Amino acid sequence: MPLNDNIRVAGQGTRRLAGPGPGAVFGVACALETGKHVGEWLSEIWRSREILYFLAWRDVKVRYKQAALGMAWALLQPLLTMVIFSLFFGRLAGIPSDGVPYKLFSYSGLLLWTYFSVTLAQTGNSLVTNSQLITKIYFPRVLLPAASALAGLLDLVVGSVFLVALMAYYHVVPGWSVLLTPLFVAQTALLVMGSGMLLAAINVRYRDVKYTIPFLTQTGLFVTPIIWPVSYLPHRYQLWLALNPMAGVVEGFRACLFGAQPLDWTLVGCSWAITLLLLLLGGMHFRSTERVFADIV
Amino acid sequence: MSESITVESLSKCYEIGVRQRETQLRDHLVGLLRAPFRRRERREIVWALREVSFSVQEGEVVGIIGRNGAGKSTLLKILSKITYPTSGRVRARGRVASLLEVGTGFHEELTGRENIYLNGSILGMKKREVDAKLEQIVEFSGIERFIDTPIKRYSSGMRLRLGFAVAAHLEPDVLIVDEVLAVGDAAFQKKCLTAMQNLRGGGRTVLFVSHNMAAVENLCSRGIWISNGQLRLDGSTHDVIEAYMASFASAEDASSELHGIEGRRGDGEVRYTRVEFLSSGRELQTVTRSGKSLVVRLHYRANQAIERPCFGFKIFTEMGTLVTDTSTWLHGLDIPLVPKGDGYVELEIDVLNLLPGRYYFTLWIDSCDTRKDYDLIENAVHLDVEEAPIYPGATRRIDSRYGLVFFPQRWRLEGIGHDAAALEVPPAANA
Repeated sequence: MPLNDNIRVAGQGTRRLAGPGPGAVFGVACALETGKHVGEWLSEIWRSREILYFLAWRDVKVRYKQAALGMAWALLQPLLTMVIFSLFFGRLAGIPSDGVPYKLFSYSGLLLWTYFSVTLAQTGNSLVTNSQLITKIYFPRVLLPAASALAGLLDLVVGSVFLVALMAYYHVVPGWSVLLTPLFVAQTALLVMGSGMLLAAINVRYRDVKYTIPFLTQTGLFVTPIIWPVSYLPHRYQLWLALNPMAGVVEGFRACLFGAQPLDWTLVGCSWAITLLLLLLGGMHFRSTERVFADIV
Repeated sequence: MSESITVESLSKCYEIGVRQRETQLRDHLVGLLRAPFRRRERREIVWALREVSFSVQEGEVVGIIGRNGAGKSTLLKILSKITYPTSGRVRARGRVASLLEVGTGFHEELTGRENIYLNGSILGMKKREVDAKLEQIVEFSGIERFIDTPIKRYSSGMRLRLGFAVAAHLEPDVLIVDEVLAVGDAAFQKKCLTAMQNLRGGGRTVLFVSHNMAAVENLCSRGIWISNGQLRLDGSTHDVIEAYMASFASAEDASSELHGIEGRRGDGEVRYTRVEFLSSGRELQTVTRSGKSLVVRLHYRANQAIERPCFGFKIFTEMGTLVTDTSTWLHGLDIPLVPKGDGYVELEIDVLNLLPGRYYFTLWIDSCDTRKDYDLIENAVHLDVEEAPIYPGATRRIDSRYGLVFFPQRWRLEGIGHDAAALEVPPAANA
């Protein structure tokens, strides 16, 4: 049987801690080091993938329990927003939509955005809402935000059915590039995961995050090309848009879906770079703080 | 045999006060603005564990005992990897399962069956293991009929059964169990104990925390006593329990001062200062006997005026079984205000229905309104109840072998026939 060193502790290595005594002024937080190597960390997550599955399954099962409309809510949320936006922005304000019917244009953006905003809120709060689990049992903590990000995908799939129907209704026939759309969906999930890990870890200590997320997603809806196309923006501002990773996601998704606009490689490239950076940053921050979650959550 | 768990000079400290103060980023920033160059103030540090070392052999069943707040739970949490030690190290061999709570991760909206999968998975079972054991788990839980009902409709007992059924089917090399038997009815407790005994037979290493000394004595071959975060005694279960029990309330007097008592909780706005066992004539009663009267006088000191407090205490046996819990609140007594200063409350017991033995008193004062604890001292004092001719006319020795309590009672023998009525023992015939 392998002797697995279950717990590694600060003080074995370079940083020897003072023994207990009245003069010892340091807390839990500073006394801990990130114990596991990245490889160990990842392989432990891989070994626990069944827990991820069950946690996501739980979230899915529970989400629309005791709601008369059930799963229909997954469809209704982007649909109703689309109807309202089409009326105000498409018809009244006359915002152009890159040659695609405005309803289809806004719904395709809203579909991704709804997933992003709803799931980001759940991911960011995942550690706090599951504090009961964190303080009672060990499993890789990162599975909690991951499960939230994963569970939200089902809503997206349900919402896509209507997207397909809408395309058929407007006789929009996608080209081969439609095969690239899952890539943008995956990117959204990675983006949720990256920012979600970061927010969830901060949320454990500072509950301010809980109030920040709705604000972020509300503002995000308007600074992301969802109800307006990138071409609507004066050229000198378009470069700034590349800083919003969701801009590249939505724009790339539409370009591949409708084939009406060429793919903006700069925008998409920047967006992927930021997504991967956030994923790295989120993962690193999560890993360096996860040891104290149970103590401070 | 080889070592299953090795714990080397494990310490864990917590900063207290930090959590409330800095939960908001704002406070952090405000602190920085006010005094950007001042060193961070010294925080109060509490050592939950200090330099604890021991090792457990494969197949050993070890009971960990100690008062609340002694550090047992912190130790288990570190062993379960839930929290991390400040210094020291732990090694464990093989698959470790910890059960700090029954039914961890249960979700109200899911059915019993669904929760078995969820809970099993979180506890470290593979899906195919759960598939294979599902029937046994359901059978063990004894709630087959409700297995497809959402557990929000379950009683707390049913939840407990389900949770323990899953736990009993884990097959870990090391099992860590925290006080999970404190709840549940007697029959189920027995079932759980048997399940744990089977674990022991199976050569598994078990670490078991409980306040139920009888359970610890039955199950464990070895005891570890943790006191104030330190390992106080490590040895055979019997010796450790005896030493632990003897540490309580060493004052043999009928009057016990409560100043230097360790492990006291509550915020201390009002505290008990002394307990006296008195006769009905209000004289100190050095010998208390079964079936006689007793007055328990609880002296307190209020550091400020307290509105609507509630005084009470619990009586436990030596083995940690709760005999009774009594309080002013249970009696429907409303105490509008206790003024600042000293005072006392008394409980008059006309007939002490306890059989001979040693009983431990856990004293508490809380707020009737908020249920906030003002004072809570576990096993603060003990009372030795001596033998006495309890039943009029009988002279037999009745000791703790005959149970915990007796009732005012009489046997009727008319149903036997003959001239049985004549056999009825007239009350106080030989008294």
